[in-house]
Amino acid sequence: MTVTGDFPTTQGTSADAASRRRLLDQDWQKLVRAGGILALGQVFIALSGMPVNFDRRLLIDPILSLGYLSLIWLPLVVSYWVGREQVLEGMTAYARGGRDVLAGAIAGALGNAGLTLLVVGITHFDIRDPLVNWSPQLLAILHFEESVWLGAVIWPVIGAATGALGGGMHCASTRITRTAVIAGLTVFGAAVLESVITDLSQGFHIEAVSDWLYGPKRGLTYPAAIVVAVAAIAVMAGIWAYRDSAMRAGLVGSRQSPAAPGESDRSRTVWRRFISRRLLGYALVIAAVVVLPLFLGRLTNELLANVGLFILLALGLNIIVGLAGILDLGYVAFFAVGGYSVAVLTSPGSPRFSPEMPWFGALFIAMLLAGLVGLFIGAPVIRMRGDYLAVVTLGFGEIIRILLLSDWLSGTFNGAQGITNIPGVEVFGLATVRGFEPRSVLYLVLFFCAIAIYVSWRLENSRIGRAWMAVREDETVAEVMGVDTVSAKLMAFVTGAVLGSFSGAILSAKVGSVFPHSFAIIVSIVILVVVIFGGMGNIPGVIAGAVVLIGVLGGPNQPGLLQEFAEYKILIYGALLVWMMLQRSEGLIPSVRRAQELHIDEMNQDAWLRAQAEADDATGGGGGNSSVGEQP
Amino acid sequence: MSSVPMLEITGLHVVFGGLHAINDLDFTVDEGEIVAVIGPNGAGKTTFFNAISGMVKPTEGQIAFEGRSLLGLDPNKITSRGIARTFQNVRLFANMTVLENVMVSQHCRTGQRMVDALLQTRRFRTEEEQVRARGKEVLGFFGTRLTGYRFDQPASVLSYANRRRLEIARAMATSPKLILLDEPVAGMNPVESAELTGLIGKLRDEMGYTIVLIEHDMSVVRDISDRVVVLDHGEAIARGTYAEVSANPQVIEAYLGQSAKGS
Ligand SMILES: Nc1ncnc2c1ncn2[C@@H]1O[C@H](COP(=O)(O)OP(=O)(O)OP(=O)(O)O)[C@@H](O)[C@H]1O
Ligand SMILES: [Mg+2]
Repeated sequence: MTVTGDFPTTQGTSADAASRRRLLDQDWQKLVRAGGILALGQVFIALSGMPVNFDRRLLIDPILSLGYLSLIWLPLVVSYWVGREQVLEGMTAYARGGRDVLAGAIAGALGNAGLTLLVVGITHFDIRDPLVNWSPQLLAILHFEESVWLGAVIWPVIGAATGALGGGMHCASTRITRTAVIAGLTVFGAAVLESVITDLSQGFHIEAVSDWLYGPKRGLTYPAAIVVAVAAIAVMAGIWAYRDSAMRAGLVGSRQSPAAPGESDRSRTVWRRFISRRLLGYALVIAAVVVLPLFLGRLTNELLANVGLFILLALGLNIIVGLAGILDLGYVAFFAVGGYSVAVLTSPGSPRFSPEMPWFGALFIAMLLAGLVGLFIGAPVIRMRGDYLAVVTLGFGEIIRILLLSDWLSGTFNGAQGITNIPGVEVFGLATVRGFEPRSVLYLVLFFCAIAIYVSWRLENSRIGRAWMAVREDETVAEVMGVDTVSAKLMAFVTGAVLGSFSGAILSAKVGSVFPHSFAIIVSIVILVVVIFGGMGNIPGVIAGAVVLIGVLGGPNQPGLLQEFAEYKILIYGALLVWMMLQRSEGLIPSVRRAQELHIDEMNQDAWLRAQAEADDATGGGGGNSSVGEQP
Repeated sequence: MSSVPMLEITGLHVVFGGLHAINDLDFTVDEGEIVAVIGPNGAGKTTFFNAISGMVKPTEGQIAFEGRSLLGLDPNKITSRGIARTFQNVRLFANMTVLENVMVSQHCRTGQRMVDALLQTRRFRTEEEQVRARGKEVLGFFGTRLTGYRFDQPASVLSYANRRRLEIARAMATSPKLILLDEPVAGMNPVESAELTGLIGKLRDEMGYTIVLIEHDMSVVRDISDRVVVLDHGEAIARGTYAEVSANPQVIEAYLGQSAKGS
């Protein structure tokens, strides 16, 4: 198997004179295809209105706005992708060089010619009617408020430049490209996180930092961007240096190739170090999570509370989808049950039945009800598989919302008007959690997140967790191996339902009101995207997924950091999902096991070796069956 | 118990649509036997195993294990009665580790509840320890092939022969009395196959399992089976020792007819 990793690889950079290609020895068909795709992508982005809507949001003060970034990133990515060559074992590796830079530049230029066409087309023909997002501002952005001719010419030039950069990434060593990418992302992150960082520096009374970092229009100032980039590069260099020295001391190396019999002693001490460092890391993270909200402003606390609500939902869905492998598209039902139960039980404004219970009492009943609904939805769908199951759960998710909205139950749930006046949470006379105090909400959310994490973690490593995974892997075989699959799946539904109801219960106390439209299908979909994006079946992955997606883009009804993205949230969720499925189906942070699944690369490798073997056979070469894989 | 056979099947029929996959089959296994089921492709051997393990419902007939009927039981209940099996087309839990594969198949022998896991009760911890130890024990049956660092490897990275071994280990971990092996040495080279044949013998002699195996490799059948049952078109066309069966003209006909038609 090919070894990939952080080791300096010989692939690509080894200058083998014999295998160097000439500058014009290009795969033209591929370049044209990539250029065409890029052109479509660029025109789509331009006409989606992103450049206009994002133009006011500066990233680096005078030179780069989010609007222009939206037109620059795709050529970079596509031209990098064009130059990707998988060097399989046994193939000749070509030296990378000017040819790759040229390839990237050509693809970039071809792609951005799409924008040229757009500029020329818009000015010469009246195609404004079908293009609803066309606006004079878009044209202004595309030709830099100069002449049309500048706009027409400059985009291919920009495309060639960014494309050369993207293609050129293949020429440098992995370390250099990675460092560059990380530096770029850090600068982008620092610019995007402006409101959080400002908030934090106010909390810590170091406003000077944020004043220095950010200009009046919210972007990083020029020098600040450079400093941030340099700092990121320095950190990366430090990490590489540390890895090198650790590898020389034989530490990292023995982690990669585990426990050859003689080495077991040494690798055990490595393990111990590794574990204790991990524990230390966990302790630090927990401490930070507990202390940080004290220093955060309203806005950030509010944002994090929303993230936390989705962490809860995602952890619950992760048990159903990630562990037990049941594709539940109606998970929002449990969110709704939690929210409405608490609303009815605590609000004095609840129309029919208003016991005005304390929140914790209501939560308890909400959990029971959610568990029951989990059983109720679970029982009929449990015998179904795959597509059928997904469609039926989708239906159930909608049924709950429609019931809440219906005239029939409006005496209890108040139909579209929803239930309002939901009081806050009295924490046993110690404190009151109310929506207008985001910090208290955040602590409540964090408390329940801790519970959900603990529950997921403990259950995953137990009899039921293993049964869930077996059901996910192969339900029939799980059954034959003695797992009661029906009850295992029901337990997954019930556990997931209860965790989801926590989130709903907190939501109604936080917002003070619930409405049926807060529980639409899109909520189910977003939670599913969070789970898939983060890494199915993996707790840290799911949390990271929620932090990144909900934090940056926002939830279906909740704003995120990039409020400019609000209109495009669903578009981006969809695009991410597609990309994730194609390129990285194991998610952002894969669970250990899924990471080891056969990757497309390995399959290509196998296929290639097989083709070689067949070619050999055909020419009367070697006989026998060459098996790929480990030796017995 | 000596009077009642361990597994007793009478008048078994399995019909798929118009296809009579098993046709009026009688079959018994006594405790401590190794019985081989052979027959040409499509004879209904795997279907026979599927019927015993509850994966397909017999159209007609009786299946009794230790004197009690298995009909109508879910597969997991049959497993907890003491029948385990492997699959012809290896079906491991590919994304679970080697050790987890043999831990999960102890499901029906363990009783911890979710509360135990959440509260980390003593019962939970001792049981987890036992499950882990038992898992390592059954993996140890195959020497060092599935032990050490292999414990934590996902099953999907194992070699073909090791996957077959792990399937057997997973069946052993259910603590069965009867093990059904569906072509255990298929795809193995002669050395591996001979080694596994020896291990199957050990399964009976040292571990005390009763074994029914389907096998196309006649040297394996010859070496370890006490009795052989030959299936063709769902019917038992011959029974007896390997020597008796291999001399039976009907059996030779069935196999010859097959090879004349096929390939
Ligand atoms: N679930 C099913 N539905 C319909 N037909 C089936 C089913 N399972 C098996 N069959 C058919 O029953 C017949 C017997 O199949 P079976 O798999 O039992 O044969 P086998 O003896 O195990 O063959 P092989 O040696 O190839 O493994 C075949 O014709 C097969 O197509
Ligand atoms: Mg078969």
